[in-house]
Amino acid sequence: MSAMQKMVGWIDDRFPLTSNWKAHLSEYYAPKNFNFWYYFGSLALLVLVNQIVTGIFLTMNYKPDAKLAFASVEYIMRDVEWGWLIRYMHSVGASMFFVVVYLHMFRGLIYGSYRKPRELVWIFGMMIYLALMAEAFMGYLLPWGQMSFWGAQVIISLFGAIPYIGDALSLWIRGDFVVSDATLNRFFAFHVIALPLVLLGLVVAHIIALHEVGSNNPEGIEIKKHKDPVTHFPLDGIPFHPYYTVKDIVGVVVFLMVFSAIIFFAPEMGGWFLEPDNFIPANPFKTPEHITPLWYFTPFYAILRAIPNKLLGVMSMGASVVIMFFLPWLDRSKVKSIRYRGTLYKLILTLFVISFIGLGYVGTKEPTPTFTLIARVLSVIYFAFFILMPWYTAIDKTKPVPERIPE
Amino acid sequence: MINQQVDRSKRRFLVAATSVVGGAAGVAVLTPFVMSMLPSERAKAAGAPVEVDITKVEPGMLLAVAWQGKPVWVVNRTPAMLGKLPAISSRLADPNSDQPQQPEYCKNVDRSIKPEYLVVVGICTHLGCSPNYKPEMGAADMGADWPGGWLCPCHGSRYDLSARVFKNMPAPLNMVVPPYKYLSATRILVGDDKKGA
Repeated sequence: MSAMQKMVGWIDDRFPLTSNWKAHLSEYYAPKNFNFWYYFGSLALLVLVNQIVTGIFLTMNYKPDAKLAFASVEYIMRDVEWGWLIRYMHSVGASMFFVVVYLHMFRGLIYGSYRKPRELVWIFGMMIYLALMAEAFMGYLLPWGQMSFWGAQVIISLFGAIPYIGDALSLWIRGDFVVSDATLNRFFAFHVIALPLVLLGLVVAHIIALHEVGSNNPEGIEIKKHKDPVTHFPLDGIPFHPYYTVKDIVGVVVFLMVFSAIIFFAPEMGGWFLEPDNFIPANPFKTPEHITPLWYFTPFYAILRAIPNKLLGVMSMGASVVIMFFLPWLDRSKVKSIRYRGTLYKLILTLFVISFIGLGYVGTKEPTPTFTLIARVLSVIYFAFFILMPWYTAIDKTKPVPERIPE
Repeated sequence: MINQQVDRSKRRFLVAATSVVGGAAGVAVLTPFVMSMLPSERAKAAGAPVEVDITKVEPGMLLAVAWQGKPVWVVNRTPAMLGKLPAISSRLADPNSDQPQQPEYCKNVDRSIKPEYLVVVGICTHLGCSPNYKPEMGAADMGADWPGGWLCPCHGSRYDLSARVFKNMPAPLNMVVPPYKYLSATRILVGDDKKGA
């Protein structure tokens, strides 16, 4: 027995190291047919680590004070050694987080990964998405630029639309009659302490739920139905480590190439990742001529603007996110994966993707009558995708699903 | 020795009683944390009234001052501007200011104490942006029938020169007229309308 084995044995008598390693990595059997779409879960984890590490180093020089915040960000950019890189890793990382999370969610959508028995995997995932939106929104206030200030002013005012308690609630969130130093200071606390803890807890719950039921796959076939009679491992599964850890490293390398290219050559991404107006310090007296949230919120923002009534607009925007929670129960199809679905579903899914991207585009434009009309049509398609799902998934002609994953 | 008979109803009672007391304590402990997020005494004190000298506001001009950290506008409206106000009633959502968005003494077509001076909190009632001043009648970008007023850059809400919102806009209400009073012919006090001070 080597010294290493002795040490592991000593630990195993006191802490379930080897059993956890086996349960979650070396003997966690994942379907053998993972494809391109399965990179984004591990990439989301990578970006989360990037945000936490760069965030810790940013707080070493950032000042959460309305008088100092804007200048402290410029100080990080100009005077702190490598500060510009750490800051760009964080700001580009925020957008890349949403890129990988949206692709990860789309993967779940097309392969039916939210279906029974993975409902809770999906619910925990949606909670991560909500926490991530809150984290991104609060983080965007911290540079205290014009877009930071007015974006926060608009979003906090949304709560004011709630009947009876709305005004008191938005006052409580701001801690002042307008967005001010008090708001900045508390958003800093939520952004660097509260929400990261919530996010980490939810990520653990998401993975525990996933490893309990096992991963879905592009065929939507349950690999646990056919197990080796002796070892009880799924016949169509392979151990996550080393097979998928190595595969994911390939994804990480490609991702880091793209990530670095953006950081070094286009950190503002032409105004999509950092808006021009946010390089002007916050001015509570002057709303920027054209105010939009960052790209990852614009589909929901477009839905808000499409409705010419404050309360209904806010409710529709809330509903457009909340409705995704119900996906596992809205889908009545006999099959999980798009590979075995019929033309009807594929057509409606295509319309949904067009509506989501279209709303995202319209949300960045000024609310002219034409764009408002387009936003209304796309909003109807967006909601129809969910509300009509029990009907069209039930009548959609599906193909027979094989018992085992095809070679 | 050990009594094998467990008194289940007593156990249920004790578990319930402990949960209720513990839950009440939990809510009580939460209270100071929730309350700490309300506006502080300092934030409330910053809402003190603000004195404005209106002599420097020339006809047609807008002066912005800060009250409670919000922009408050003082607009010197010309007779031509005021003349447009009664005629556009049918295009407005609340032409008679029936909603409590102003003190009683400003519930009139001018929404002001002295018709020429409008005093209003410059925050859109939709989502809190500060609208842009567009005083020019029939301005090219606002349409030929534009009577002058404000345009919110966020979601396109339009207001007339009494800060009354037009019909079918995202904003539901007229902009807020704060409490104010004239200290003299040339000075007003924003944030306080008590007599005799």
